[in-house]
Amino acid sequence: MSEAFVTALLELADDHLVLGHRLSEWCGHAPMLEEDLALPNMALDLIGAARGLYARAGEIEGKGRDEDDLAYLRGERAYLNCLLVERENGDFAQTMLRQLYFAAFMEPYWRAAASSDDPVLRGIAAKAVKEVAYHIRHAGEWVVRMGDGTGESARRMAEAVEELHRFTDELFFSSPAAEAAEAAGLLPVRAETRGAWEATIRTVFAEARLGWPAQVWAQQGGRAGAHGEALGHLLAEMQSLHRAHPGAAW
Amino acid sequence: MVEATPLWEVFIRPRNGLSHRHVGSLHAADEVMALQAARDVYTRRGEGTSIWVVPSLAITASDPDHADEMFEPTADKIYRHPTFYEIPEEVGHM
Repeated sequence: MSEAFVTALLELADDHLVLGHRLSEWCGHAPMLEEDLALPNMALDLIGAARGLYARAGEIEGKGRDEDDLAYLRGERAYLNCLLVERENGDFAQTMLRQLYFAAFMEPYWRAAASSDDPVLRGIAAKAVKEVAYHIRHAGEWVVRMGDGTGESARRMAEAVEELHRFTDELFFSSPAAEAAEAAGLLPVRAETRGAWEATIRTVFAEARLGWPAQVWAQQGGRAGAHGEALGHLLAEMQSLHRAHPGAAW
Repeated sequence: MVEATPLWEVFIRPRNGLSHRHVGSLHAADEVMALQAARDVYTRRGEGTSIWVVPSLAITASDPDHADEMFEPTADKIYRHPTFYEIPEEVGHM
């Protein structure tokens, strides 16, 4: 059981670290100063959650791997994040929509995690649930303004939906490891968050005058380590310093 | 960008019982975005428990060129300061 729980915790941690790193790429490049602070703010929330999850996974695994070992010394195929979070930032519309999709999933997930049998996960969830509630608000308001904005912003927002919606199904998919952890009462059942997720997205889309996308082929594979080209480049940049200087610390 | 996004003044109340204080300004498209931006820009280190945002256009400011007539006449009215009372010992620190 504990082996499955470790794997499921890594899936969750990888989601947060990879998306946190993606958001951090905006630092110094955001379209306005206010967002240049807002995006790294969200990145730090996500990386903070990832740290707690890695530490817990390493502790249960009991092989002496700490959060840095897990984050910096696993290759692309060992990363178990869903494909949505590794997608490149694209334009501001894509970044904000990706954030909304993920946060709208995590909010009900963390709320359900309040009744996990693992006390450490309950602690992480209690902190994270407030953070993602803000992420939904922040990203949601931007999606509304771009979707219902100028001709240009509406076109870009519609393109973002077309580009990213096919990666949302994977959020509700539980790997065999996650299923085992869910059955043991350690993690919330992913599929059960779909109703809350869809309600959030539909509310935002209605206000943003975005159409609900037609059924598309759902892209999956991240939980099995089968990633897109984008993740390799991200990890290369993120891990290069630690690999060049093992054990480097502040 | 700057032309399209109006300027807002940000006021933050650090604790219950204190009043909101002006902390700076920012650009945002509307009041909802201004409030979020204020949260992200000015409360990153736990500075506040409440935020006000006000369109900078809504503020009427005194003209620095009129400072002489506005503020100097008070300079010689020292009797307006409560410094002519002797505070009894028993009162202690005030």
